Amino acid sequence: MKQIKLVLETGEEYLGESVGADIDNIFSLGELVFNTSMTGYQEILSDPSYCDQIIVMTYPLIGNYGVNKDDFESLAPALKGMVMRECAEEGSNWRNEYSLRELLKRFKIPAIAGIDTRELTKKIRDRGVMKAVLAPVSYPKHNIELVLTRSLGTDQIQRVSTKSPIHFPGEGKRIVMMDFGYKKNILSSLLRRNCDVVVVPWNSSVEVIESFRPQGLLLSNGPGNPKDVPEVLPTIRTLQKKYPMFSICMGHQLFALANGAETEKMKFGNRGGNHPVKDLKLGKVFMSSQNHGYAVTEASVKTSELEVTQININDKSIEGLRHKTLPAFSVQYHPEASPGPEDTAWLFDDFLNSIRN
Amino acid sequence: MPINKNLKKVLVIGSGPIVIGQAAEFDYSGTQAVKSLIEEGVEVVLVNSNPATIMTDKETAHKVYIEPLNVEFLLKIIHKEKPDGLLPTLGGQTALNLAVKLEEEGHLKRLGVQLLGCNVDTIQKAEDRKLFKDLMKEIGEPVPDSKIVMTTQESLEFANKIGYPLIVRPAFTLGGTGGGIASNEIELIAITNSGLAASPIQQCLIERSIAGFKEVEYEVIRDSNDNCIIVCNMENIDPVGVHTGDSIVVAPSQTLSDKEYQLLRSSALKIIRSLKIEGGCNVQYAMDPHSFQYYVIEVNPRVSRSSALASKATGYPIAKIAAKIAIGLTMDEIINPVTKKTYACFEPALDYVVSKIPRFPFDKFVTANRRLGTQMKATGEVMALGRTYEEALLKSVRCLEVGLFHLELPAYKNKSLTELTDKILKQDDERLFAISEALRAGMTSKEINRLTKMDFFFLGKIEKIIAMEKTLLQEGKTVEAIKAAKKMGFSDIYISKLLNIPEKDLYDWRKKNGIMPVFKMVDTCAGEFESSTPYYYSTYESQDEVLESTKQKVVVLGSGPIRIGQGIEFDYATVHAIDAIRSMGYEAIVINNNPETVSTDFNISDRLYFEPLTVEDVCHVLEREKPLGVVVQFGGQTAINLAQGLQERGVNILGTSVDDIDRAEDRKRFEELVRSLDIAQPLGCTVTSINEAVEKSAHLGFPVIVRPSYVIGGRAMEIVYNEHELLDYMKRAVQVNPEHPVLIDRYMIGREIEVDAISDGETVFIPGIMEHIEKAGVHSGDSIAVYPPQTVSKKLLDKLSETTLLITKALKIKGLINLQYVIYQDEVYILEVNPRASRTVPFLSKVTGVQMAKVATRAVMGESLIKQGYFHGTLAPKDDIAVKAPVFSFAKLSDVEIALGPEMKSTGEVMGKDKVFEKALHKAFVAAGVIIPDSGTILATINDVDKEDAIKLFQRFYHVGFDFVATAGTAKLLKARGIPVRVVDRIGESENDIIKEIKSGRVSLIINTISKSKNVESDGFKMRRVAVERGLLCLTSLDTTEALLKTIERNSYTMEPLS
Repeated sequence: MKQIKLVLETGEEYLGESVGADIDNIFSLGELVFNTSMTGYQEILSDPSYCDQIIVMTYPLIGNYGVNKDDFESLAPALKGMVMRECAEEGSNWRNEYSLRELLKRFKIPAIAGIDTRELTKKIRDRGVMKAVLAPVSYPKHNIELVLTRSLGTDQIQRVSTKSPIHFPGEGKRIVMMDFGYKKNILSSLLRRNCDVVVVPWNSSVEVIESFRPQGLLLSNGPGNPKDVPEVLPTIRTLQKKYPMFSICMGHQLFALANGAETEKMKFGNRGGNHPVKDLKLGKVFMSSQNHGYAVTEASVKTSELEVTQININDKSIEGLRHKTLPAFSVQYHPEASPGPEDTAWLFDDFLNSIRN
Repeated sequence: MPINKNLKKVLVIGSGPIVIGQAAEFDYSGTQAVKSLIEEGVEVVLVNSNPATIMTDKETAHKVYIEPLNVEFLLKIIHKEKPDGLLPTLGGQTALNLAVKLEEEGHLKRLGVQLLGCNVDTIQKAEDRKLFKDLMKEIGEPVPDSKIVMTTQESLEFANKIGYPLIVRPAFTLGGTGGGIASNEIELIAITNSGLAASPIQQCLIERSIAGFKEVEYEVIRDSNDNCIIVCNMENIDPVGVHTGDSIVVAPSQTLSDKEYQLLRSSALKIIRSLKIEGGCNVQYAMDPHSFQYYVIEVNPRVSRSSALASKATGYPIAKIAAKIAIGLTMDEIINPVTKKTYACFEPALDYVVSKIPRFPFDKFVTANRRLGTQMKATGEVMALGRTYEEALLKSVRCLEVGLFHLELPAYKNKSLTELTDKILKQDDERLFAISEALRAGMTSKEINRLTKMDFFFLGKIEKIIAMEKTLLQEGKTVEAIKAAKKMGFSDIYISKLLNIPEKDLYDWRKKNGIMPVFKMVDTCAGEFESSTPYYYSTYESQDEVLESTKQKVVVLGSGPIRIGQGIEFDYATVHAIDAIRSMGYEAIVINNNPETVSTDFNISDRLYFEPLTVEDVCHVLEREKPLGVVVQFGGQTAINLAQGLQERGVNILGTSVDDIDRAEDRKRFEELVRSLDIAQPLGCTVTSINEAVEKSAHLGFPVIVRPSYVIGGRAMEIVYNEHELLDYMKRAVQVNPEHPVLIDRYMIGREIEVDAISDGETVFIPGIMEHIEKAGVHSGDSIAVYPPQTVSKKLLDKLSETTLLITKALKIKGLINLQYVIYQDEVYILEVNPRASRTVPFLSKVTGVQMAKVATRAVMGESLIKQGYFHGTLAPKDDIAVKAPVFSFAKLSDVEIALGPEMKSTGEVMGKDKVFEKALHKAFVAAGVIIPDSGTILATINDVDKEDAIKLFQRFYHVGFDFVATAGTAKLLKARGIPVRVVDRIGESENDIIKEIKSGRVSLIINTISKSKNVESDGFKMRRVAVERGLLCLTSLDTTEALLKTIERNSYTMEPLS
């Protein structure tokens, strides 16, 4: 059993078993966040929104059902590490192809197990997200301190977005998805509804996007701070006037910024599959799958072109927005689920209906 | 949506007596619901027949009725109370069925009572097989294909349509007798034939077999605004085929990927929406381990045992929320009572693993068929939490209190692989241990998976535990090895045995080396939100979360799982003790592991520790909390048994001292005490050989009651009437030698009396004396108890009081004591004393108005009885007469003897109270579910010894309009007294034997006293089983018979022609 350590920005060190990529001479720096989902580790770790983050899984047994071919949300996991209480050596499930440990090794993701993840979660909750580093036990302390002073950069979206347009043919409406780091199930949700989808790089120009003759636009999820990509805001402003638009997570934040609202960094974000969202029009509450560290500030919406459609039951934060005059709306969470509850899949239908009408 | 303002007064129906399948969980849900309604300003009227519950405390609701749960009595209450609403979804199947009846008969509409939480349409759609299937088809949810057949040909036609394997379920047979799984045509023909023969209506259900599928449950809540959430999902480690109540369960599911989890979650939401349930609901699934195919097995449109488990497993109080939903609130308006910061409309996230194991009554029912199947057999369950599955599993094993502290059953040691394979295939309650032993003996998990279809995840965890055993043996007592073993939940007892070191030394060594558990909080949200609900479990990790407090603390030990002999009564006493401790300004800490009960509701105590009740686990809590002391007298024998071990570790036991407990429980020391006080006791002796037994019994005089001092495999007490029977018992039932002595007592056939008393060490207060209807020899827990005594003279009552005061004082009792007497030839004999709260505490508390456990707790904590307003002596009885009657679960347990004897068999109790004895008795019988015939045919077969007594009763039965069928001997007697009787043949003597007679449906009551002759007896056993399986009343005690007769006589007219 090989040991590695997790060192927090605040100086605390945790020793544990190395269950992922070998990191004999290297370190892995990321923003330490926690996720409370009890299932779906494969989807979580392959979600590009976790780019440059180290995920603490609050559920203690991870890897129980192994890894399968179907449940990847992207081909190249972008996270910087995983922290677990226990990481299964073998998976048990009919779709299991290989173990989680094997996956972590294949994708060179460092991971540590045997950690009191509840303690860590409470630290993040109380102090807010912080940087942390996964490193060999022997890695010198002053080097780690140095590493922890480094910035994580502002290029996450650029790194995870597609470099060139990709076309997924379908018989129905053509949707162009601006890719800020999309999860596969957003694409699948559209394809399942017969859409013809073109995924374009995050910084595609209006001309390029229009050249695909879209009938609707989807702004995807993605990692990092929405304010890191101000160049997309004019594109959004232009396109929303011409095409029905649906935005998810990062897309939602960019949609808000493009329309005069503000975003801010949250203390520790929302990551999990049990967040209650209330639709103000329907008066109903839905469970949602969430993964975001930034949020649209409530006060800023009042002076914007937008109105709030959905709120979080617990902290009353904004979960959904709609343009006051244009057929454009957005949600902070993940209606495509994967992992998490499928309660709000109907939003895709609403989007496609808005195109028809 | 705000509360429905039209609902000012709501009637809540409880679930009645504890029976297998419907137990303490409904006291928990009912109590929670009532409190929840009161919080919202609703006036609550409660009705339940079970006195041993917290919900029937008069403080629980605005008005509490302890009355039989049937339409007749409910209507009286509805007329009197005029409630606006009726809430039946928290009282199990009993309450739900009553609601359906009230509605169908038009009473609710007529009386303007609104049915809350569900509607009759919903209930029927969920419970009627056909309607349910139709609804599932309509909404596109898969159910296993099935067909009801009357012939083998029909079953073959069905098989041709859907293929094999198929399961054959004969209609109306207990435990699926005659049924089975058919994998081909030949098997199907054979099984259908036997199934049709076994079914009393020649009918079988043929169903697609889903045996071996994963069994998964979802607990769902929906409100009137159609908001739905999943509170918890749970996975049975026993695949489909074992009733979920009998399965070992883990929460949350462990082997489902998110795709599978969400597939079933979405299905569950769809189902609760289609049923329009407003409240809690449970959906059970079978999930193919090799594809995404799943089937809906069953839906319970109400809170259930599983929802109680889910509430404790997650911290999310389902019943409490369901009650608020029933009166109109929606989940987004209800605050999450655990975090107090978030709302109830969310899905709990767990950051630990929960293991539940059922507790079975097979220690009491040695002859019972232990095979687990579709009929639930467990009486209770335990739950344990851990941060690893191994830890949760091993903790839950030691919660069971079956003398096991590890995945190791001594009887399976040194068994061959073939024998172990047989044990595994037997699919009984000990399968987990057989699997462990087989893995130890080298069987592969692949092979076990083939035999059991148990998932590799679980088998892998057991393998890890076994590997750790080897590591421990190799490494010995090193910090690393012990730490690793403790993280896996290994107990000190097991490790110390393995490494051959004293348990206490290991504990001290661990403490010195810092290998002690921390306590983590159950908070519903995996730490995402701050929570201050002090609900804890132990685990071996770095951070401890126990909230600091400056208050003085007192620990109360609970009573663990519900089992025969230690039921909900002890949870009742535990809850009262906690209340009293809190009201005196101390912080009350409870340690318990039963997820069904009120005491493990985190709102009841200041701190709840969900832990096994072993010396080690309790000491860990004490180490952390440093309380003033520990109260052991309310948690039944479970807690009392820990007193000695805890004291040896320096723990302060509050109340009666450990030495005095021993003086009461140790046979020899108690005998000495009784002798010194000059109190009469049935003579008894201890023997170590058969010869000695014969000799000493002759000296004592037959009949004698014999029992092993050390119980082997549950063989226990018997009453023997002569030397022949004694020899038979000694040879058959016990192993007698100097190491295993046998106890013999003179058996006095007399009136049995039970007294509970409270003492502060100085003053002894007796709230009441009860007499038993059945003569000594029937276990006190199975007897009908009457308060106040109806047949005992003033002189004897005085003597009983006096003796009680004397013994209690001499034992220096601080707290509660229970004493059992027999009155034999006008003389009072002491049978036994229990230096603790007894089964009768709730009953007596309710009928006397003295809250005994609370008064006793205050006395334990040093507040004198005088100061509390009590006195040295016996409280004068009230005008009301109350009857406590036992309730049995025989119909659920095949091959179990139903005749009453010295071993307790009942699972629950009811109370009937009225101004007149016969009316109280009548209520008790009705509440116990006895269908009292007012005329009809009695089938009588009476043992020679009882014939004279029996004939007097038969004459009275004849007078009020009964006639008789009887076996030859009994018939002759009846004829001789001029009572008309039809003779019926013994079993197998002819076509028209007793069994045929019972099955004919002509008999309305059976009176059968036990014969000692073996052949006759096995016939009697068969007859009683047939009766019980057909729901026919079968009385085995003439005392019970007379009591029943009295109630019949009171309600009957004499039928005499003019003379």
